[in-house]
Amino acid sequence: MSRACIVGAFEHPTRKAEGISVAQLHMQSARGALADAGLTFDDVDGYFCAGDAPGLGPMSMLEYMNLNVSHFDSTDSGGSAYLVHVAHAAQAIATGKCNVALITLAGRPRAAGMKSAKMPLAPTPDTPFEAPHAASIVEMYGMVAARHMHEFGTTSEQLAWIKVAASHHAQHNENAMLRNVVTVEDVVNSPIVSAPLHRLDCCVVSDGGGALVVTSEAVAKSLSRPLVAVRGSGEAIRHPSAGRIDLTTSAAAVSGPRAFSEAGVTPADIKYASIYDSFTITVLVALEDLGFCEKGKGGAFVADGNLISGIGRLPFNTDGGGLCNNHPSNRGGMTKVIEAVRQLRGEAHPAVQVADCDLALAHGTGGSLATRHGSATLILERQ
Amino acid sequence: MNIADIAEVQFDAASFWEAAKTHRLLVARCNACGEAHYYPRQICPFCRADDVELAPASGRGTIYSLSVTERPDHRRVVAYVTLEEGPTMMTRIIDAPQDIAIGDAVTVDFEASPDGLTVPVFRRT
Repeated sequence: MSRACIVGAFEHPTRKAEGISVAQLHMQSARGALADAGLTFDDVDGYFCAGDAPGLGPMSMLEYMNLNVSHFDSTDSGGSAYLVHVAHAAQAIATGKCNVALITLAGRPRAAGMKSAKMPLAPTPDTPFEAPHAASIVEMYGMVAARHMHEFGTTSEQLAWIKVAASHHAQHNENAMLRNVVTVEDVVNSPIVSAPLHRLDCCVVSDGGGALVVTSEAVAKSLSRPLVAVRGSGEAIRHPSAGRIDLTTSAAAVSGPRAFSEAGVTPADIKYASIYDSFTITVLVALEDLGFCEKGKGGAFVADGNLISGIGRLPFNTDGGGLCNNHPSNRGGMTKVIEAVRQLRGEAHPAVQVADCDLALAHGTGGSLATRHGSATLILERQ
Repeated sequence: MNIADIAEVQFDAASFWEAAKTHRLLVARCNACGEAHYYPRQICPFCRADDVELAPASGRGTIYSLSVTERPDHRRVVAYVTLEEGPTMMTRIIDAPQDIAIGDAVTVDFEASPDGLTVPVFRRT
């Protein structure tokens, strides 16, 4: 079967975009990904963006970039949207709606003065029931962590290992916001933001952007880049189910099995995993739901460096992830795909490159794990 | 647009907010299927019937999860509380002692939010 391939990937190097507009960041990222692929703007006939793009859907950005496309999609599931876009681009290419799909993300919350992620106030039916109570995203994820600890005995030290692993990787990334290697003690001794989450359990606030180019296998083979095929994908939305809440399971429990089933592989086959890391608990819950370990055993799984490249069984977020490297526009899904592509091409930093990395997983969690969120999982393969 | 403005046009829950003004907590229950739900809708989210009724809750529940945020000028305890009637709702625990924990029994109280909405909160029983 012919599979869509990711042929272009670009992470904007900036982490503080003073004097650069959001639209400009999107287009700079697009230009970078197209150059990476060996393609031009004239080749693009499909465009994908989410709520971080200025304007209503793709219209403003298509005008800004002066593009005309035959297919567009502005599916928004928060930070996981860009993994959904890859899956939707593959579907659109398979059905002939477009041939070269461009996906962009960008934002500048840091330059705009944002110090922590506030809950957006939207005119939705849930807002009056939540906004008077939860003031920040950290409180929401704090409730997830507290419940996980209560049910399964997960500890702050175990969660800290996730940050420790990310920091080991970030030391090799010259663009990473936080390059210092930290210890479990550093994490658990950092100030508590919203219990039980510490400052070092939280991702960075950074500016920047990223872009991907997805095309058919036929076009991909005409280019000079390694072939990174989309072998499987899954997407799911989970919400409080009208008051029947289970905070310890995420939508990854649906998106993961769908992606694995489509790819015909199992978690044991995965050589590298990009796991969305808005907070350490986000990674822990996703690893369990994706099937890398049993539900409730995530703490033991991540401990003792098991996520560190070259040391552990499942190297993760070798760019430093959102915890240390980059979380542009408070949406970390794009950079998850980009680092997975680097690993599959053998283009990750040599200190963190996984040997013979031919099968990788990228996973995104968007929205709030404590309320409504969208998960998307991709299984990517080097052909 | 503040939270009270948003609540005003979520017509499904108008009686919930009216009752809250006089410190009464209502829970939505469907007369067709018997299931209680939260937040209140006029169409049952389980059987999709139009027969939802908001009735007084006992006001008692237990903490399902919580997160404490301490700052020099304030202390906030966000929580999910599971009501005796079944549904779990997001709320806050007020006057929470230091050892407040998951599983603690709590009782409803009410607080005026800064923009004029009276919202249900809980305190340890």
